Amino acid sequence: MSDTMTAGTVTITSGDGDEIEAYLAHPVDGPQRGGVVVIHHMPGYDRWSKEVVRRFASDGWAALCPNLYSRQAPGASPDDAAAAVRALGGVSDEQLVADVEGAMRHLKALPGANGKVGVIGHCSGGRQAFLAACSLSLDAAVDCYGAFVAKEPDAGFPLKVKPVLGLAGNLSAPLLGLFGAEDSFPAPDEVAQLAAELERLGKDHEFHTYEGAGHAFFATDRPSYRPEAAVDGWEKIYGFFGRHLSA
Amino acid sequence: MCTYLTEKIALEGSGKGTPGWFPVTQAAVYVDHPQHHPQEHTVNIDFTNPGRGPSARVALELTEEAARDLVDAIQRALASAPDGLAAAGRRPAAV
Repeated sequence: MSDTMTAGTVTITSGDGDEIEAYLAHPVDGPQRGGVVVIHHMPGYDRWSKEVVRRFASDGWAALCPNLYSRQAPGASPDDAAAAVRALGGVSDEQLVADVEGAMRHLKALPGANGKVGVIGHCSGGRQAFLAACSLSLDAAVDCYGAFVAKEPDAGFPLKVKPVLGLAGNLSAPLLGLFGAEDSFPAPDEVAQLAAELERLGKDHEFHTYEGAGHAFFATDRPSYRPEAAVDGWEKIYGFFGRHLSA
Repeated sequence: MCTYLTEKIALEGSGKGTPGWFPVTQAAVYVDHPQHHPQEHTVNIDFTNPGRGPSARVALELTEEAARDLVDAIQRALASAPDGLAAAGRRPAAV
């Protein structure tokens, strides 16, 4: 098996019928493979999110990141798009689910697809990964430090987000959660609240909280990067997807 | 999560961004994660014109000290000029 991959921008059809931009990477040959939908963080469809997509492809998966800001800011640079969507109150939960659904279908239709698809998101994408896994039929979900899954945002918060803990009964896939002990959004008590609810419902989940790490410890281009937590977290992700997305 | 309270104001002026000079109609000020400055949080200011699309934006990411210094500097500059010299009403009539 070679390590050659293909990566680039494609157009996919969202679950609501809209055509949106997405970044796709996958090996050019090799065995049948599972797919990973990468939900980008608040700063948008940026260089780091695309690096994550290519990283999954280099490990043998097909990965696809829909540009959640395609509709509101077509053609804008990622930072300008993120600022514009932030000013509009963020992406609605309905649109997010539709875009992940479209990405899931696109991955399943690729040559070499084994029919299994997981989802991963960081930051706001962590909450959205949980939301997607409670709204769609997926095979694995990874929530990296997503806030407002269990708790209401403070008054005056600019994004129109609401807790989604009430959807936990619909969780369709095993959930891996990776969190920082020093994070405030989500703080450890919110993570504990989510874990307790999943426990109560008998939902398959595996949570890890890293000491010495705060929010965004996977983000290699930010001072929040914590290599020890990130390296271990990546190993956890590979193992988790390996167990749940292999044919 | 990455965001906190946003102060948004309407304003009148011009800014220079990726598309060149454009009329600025709005500013958003918020403490959040920066895109570029190498620290975890900054005071971010976006001068925008939503009617001209997302690229009509002049963005600043400042440290807390820099933001306070900037506020003081604006106050000092205004105090050193006669009241009303840069007021909107001083604009010459359109021809």
